Amino acid sequence: MRVPIGWLAEYVDVPAGTSVEDLDLAFVRLGLEVEDIHRPEPVTGPLVVGTVLEIDELTGFKKPIRYCQVDVGEDAPRGIVCGARNFAVGDTVVVALPGAVLPGGFAIAARTTYDHVSDGMICSVRELGIGEDHAGILVLGGPGADVPPPGTPAGPVVGLDDVVVELAVTPDRGYCLSMRGIAREMGTGLAAPWRDPGAITPPAWSGAPAWEVAVADPERCDRFSMLAMEGLDPTAPSPWWMRRRLAQAGVRSISLAVDVTNYVMLELGQPMHAFDRKAVTGPITVRLARDGEKLTTLDGTVRRLSTDDLLITDDSGPIGLAAVMGGATTEIGDTTTAVLLEAAHWEPTGVARTARRHRLPSEAAKRFERGVDPEMTVVALARAADLLCEYGGAQVAGGIVDVDTRAPRPAIELDAARPAQVAGVPYTAGQVVELLEAVGCVVDASAGPLAVTPPPWRPDLTDPADLVEEVVRLAGYDDVPSVLPTAPPGRGLTDVQRRRRSVGRTLAEAGYVEAPSYPFVGTPALDALGLAEDDERRQVVLVRNPLSEEEPALRTTLLPGLLATLHRNLSRGQRDVALFEHGAVFPGGRRTPAPLPGVERRPDDATLAALLGAVPEQPWHVAVALAGNREPRGWWGPGRPAVWADAVQAARLVAAAAGVELTVRAGERAPWHPGRCAELLVGDTVVGQAGELHPRVCAALELPARTSVMELSLDALPEGAVPVGPPISAFPPVLLDLALVVGDEVPAADVGGALRRGAGELLESLRLFDVYTGAPVPAGSRSLAYALTLRAPDRTLTSEEATAVRDAAVAAAATATGAVLRG
Amino acid sequence: MSGANDPYDPKQVAALSPEALDDAVTAARQAFAGATDLEGLAAVRPAHLGDRAPVLLARRELGALPPAARSDAGKRVNAARQAVTEAYEARLAELEAERDARVLAEERVDVTLPWDRTPRGARHPLTTLTDRIADIFVGMGYEVADGPELEAEWLNFDALNIGRDHPARTMMDTFFVAPEDSGLVLRTHTSPVQARTMLSRTPPIYVVAPGRVYRTDELDATHTPVFHQVEGLAVDRGLTMAHLRGTLDHLARSLFGADAITRWRPSYFPFTEPSAEFDVWFPEHRDGPRWVEWGGCGMVNPRVLVACGIDPEEYSGFAFGMGIERALQFRSGVGDMRDIVEGDIRFTKAFGVDQ
Repeated sequence: MRVPIGWLAEYVDVPAGTSVEDLDLAFVRLGLEVEDIHRPEPVTGPLVVGTVLEIDELTGFKKPIRYCQVDVGEDAPRGIVCGARNFAVGDTVVVALPGAVLPGGFAIAARTTYDHVSDGMICSVRELGIGEDHAGILVLGGPGADVPPPGTPAGPVVGLDDVVVELAVTPDRGYCLSMRGIAREMGTGLAAPWRDPGAITPPAWSGAPAWEVAVADPERCDRFSMLAMEGLDPTAPSPWWMRRRLAQAGVRSISLAVDVTNYVMLELGQPMHAFDRKAVTGPITVRLARDGEKLTTLDGTVRRLSTDDLLITDDSGPIGLAAVMGGATTEIGDTTTAVLLEAAHWEPTGVARTARRHRLPSEAAKRFERGVDPEMTVVALARAADLLCEYGGAQVAGGIVDVDTRAPRPAIELDAARPAQVAGVPYTAGQVVELLEAVGCVVDASAGPLAVTPPPWRPDLTDPADLVEEVVRLAGYDDVPSVLPTAPPGRGLTDVQRRRRSVGRTLAEAGYVEAPSYPFVGTPALDALGLAEDDERRQVVLVRNPLSEEEPALRTTLLPGLLATLHRNLSRGQRDVALFEHGAVFPGGRRTPAPLPGVERRPDDATLAALLGAVPEQPWHVAVALAGNREPRGWWGPGRPAVWADAVQAARLVAAAAGVELTVRAGERAPWHPGRCAELLVGDTVVGQAGELHPRVCAALELPARTSVMELSLDALPEGAVPVGPPISAFPPVLLDLALVVGDEVPAADVGGALRRGAGELLESLRLFDVYTGAPVPAGSRSLAYALTLRAPDRTLTSEEATAVRDAAVAAAATATGAVLRG
Repeated sequence: MSGANDPYDPKQVAALSPEALDDAVTAARQAFAGATDLEGLAAVRPAHLGDRAPVLLARRELGALPPAARSDAGKRVNAARQAVTEAYEARLAELEAERDARVLAEERVDVTLPWDRTPRGARHPLTTLTDRIADIFVGMGYEVADGPELEAEWLNFDALNIGRDHPARTMMDTFFVAPEDSGLVLRTHTSPVQARTMLSRTPPIYVVAPGRVYRTDELDATHTPVFHQVEGLAVDRGLTMAHLRGTLDHLARSLFGADAITRWRPSYFPFTEPSAEFDVWFPEHRDGPRWVEWGGCGMVNPRVLVACGIDPEEYSGFAFGMGIERALQFRSGVGDMRDIVEGDIRFTKAFGVDQ
């Protein structure tokens, strides 16, 4: 809502000395967010009202030029050259005299042009910096118009000191989409006297209603008013002041009849529509659309109507989309002399549905959705009739139409102590009543709780809580003190929350950089990963209105986003990148729709269970991706490239941070290299994969060869057990090394596991410290060298005991894996 | 040299004479001083402190003296031995110090050489800032609540008093999920966690819910379609707007310094009544101290309490929510939203593991 302060000042006695900053603050305190303040650039020097006395049409130039004699209140008129043609002798205009400086630093001087001395300039709206209109010069009025005499300083006349404040109005405050509502708020906010522009008593128009009207759906339209006018001069222009205010409010001037309806809407908040009366055939009916009906709206669009759309119809069918936009067949034209003015009150949610369905957030719909004062229909008609009479020579024809089926509004009970209880501010009962009355409520304080009847322009006030807000808001939020409540003792973070933090910190400390990405993916990204047609990661949840048609789905794996971030970093010149991400993934698949219960009470347990059950599981995954060197080259030597094993180790770090033991075996799954994919298990459950990307995936995603990744489901990891403190033996250890020769196909994990089992309880630790192939180890085999630490809890081990353990370990490995002790 | 049992007169035992002992001490001192390194010192040590050294041999003669003379002579011998030992140890200490100085100097390295062999990682500042905010509330006794990003429409809107045709619903720029009757949306705010919490717990409730939320805004310098909020909810007997202000002031001070305070502007959210937007006074702003818009707050609308099965006559509550991106932008002077979302490691690494 754009509020011209000059217009506002017509209703509010803004205290002298109030600055724009004071107004800004007052708006904000009232909850009207100031989005912008538009200040016209100042004009300096002589700017005066002038009357055109003579026009001399100059010819022989590229365009027609006028040389005018203009009375500017001096002894003699001034000669001024002007290129515009939208004025006549006798018109009153605005003249910048030599010495004036117009916005943009445009200095006016007497100069010779088109063979004449031009002793000033007749100004257009744009030249004055008060609007965009540059089609012609600004005409304040014709002969006989009520305009100031020549020579009057023109600054105040054209409102050069006018500032326009642009407000963001919240959806509950529909009444603030009008000067009337803003005036009420600012009257209270500035504690200044103010006048209600809606306080008009409509004349008692005599005669039968001017048109036959039936409202078939009083639920959706509880008041429908019309007034007929005739004798309108279709060529009569809108007065300058009206065009100017419309321009300030951001509304384009079209014709007098249309401008008047828009102006009254801005003034009173009541959207109106003007029909060409001659184009309306037969009685008007307000009804819901029928299947298959169509309407061409004023914007030229043919609209297929829904049976939920409310229409204004005549014998020809639909002539208007109620509350949203008029129809083309009854549009006011260049020759319209008779109009039917309509002002009605519509049920907000129906308007919202229609506006949304047809994507027509019109000024009218915006107001009706948020609530309009139903008292205003007839007032607005009276105001519009006055303006059309004064500026268009039109007269009211026949009586008013007013189909009014409104129900009386019930009073709200409010304990006068309630605002104080909610705000923690000791308001008195008297203060509460006073503030509610300032809002426009009728308050009956005669007995018990207050009976508060909200004003008709405040449909948002329905509950005691709404009234409390009004009291606290008008008293000022700054009055609310600061008191820290005492919460009962909490239990801190949950295990799941601690685990997520711990995993993130562990990976960061291991050199990975967290890179959260948007969870949107498209089929090409899944194709690039080489996922099979039946891979469950292709079962996606689709977004109905995605930002990009290329990425219409939610991720089922973290890899597409993470690899895109990896690629972005590499393309920006990084070479060694290790990234991690953890977050939710969204597996697809068919589900039962979530129910939409009412809100009058808590849903019953079954409904609630269905509701919560319809929300899919969104497992928390963690993934890493590495390219380039894991350790950089330096003065210590060459770098160490990141390899598949780093990805596996990242998984082990994650599991350790989660307090879980991970086992690893060879796996095969896209997008990994089939020979370099580790399957990650907890017990018998596969929780993820790690290893090198398939070379085709690297190629498809333009990633370096040997890029390695890991992804696992953190939610699939079981809860870590509470760690048990091991007994620490102070007896000396026995350190043993042994090398085993095993077939190439035997996983090291199996050999290690067998050694562990064979060694038994005396084994304190086992570490694989070398893997060797080549002579003298036979081809097809490799040698695995292990360091064993043996220790007893209660004694020093003898060499016989140590040898026995070693032999048992080797024997177990031999049995399980065919390992042979190397000589 | 005499045997132990020779009946000598003490004056005749030359080795115990003061002169002889003085000579021995002097000789030892000279020998030790003459040693130029630890090896040299070790080489001369046996001659003056070994078993056959004069002072030790003299000690053996003591037994030959009559008891009356032993005491004096004994003291002399001990003193001489003490002097030799001290002379040795002093020289030893000197020589060791010289050696240490030499060897350690030879072992000098350039300690300014970089040793960044293990690359440094980082957590995203959105994560760490979220944790920090959560920790402040945990310190006040709150618990941290989670909810899904793909959420039931009813919890995202209806339960929060945002009816099907409410203008606020269209203003939320919601991502809807197929099929049309799924009843699911990508949550537009963290507020559905409020509803989930109230539906699953009984008051008193004090929770914060950080998380990722979605709106259909294109990414630019100031907007992102995927962003983060922290939601707070307290439901208890007797809670007022004053408690809400106290809580937000405490958060502001904990996060932005002792001088930070909040300012409220009346606003509108269907799920709170009264509602306010709040600004925080941020003295450290890179463009100078100023008020910065931060979030929304209010008293939980009794209609929401009713929809969640809590008696509004018995309990009242307050709720608040703020953007983490926004807090990160002004707290850390981040001008462009794209830097926060693009995952460039140069950006994230600047924040370290736990900033």
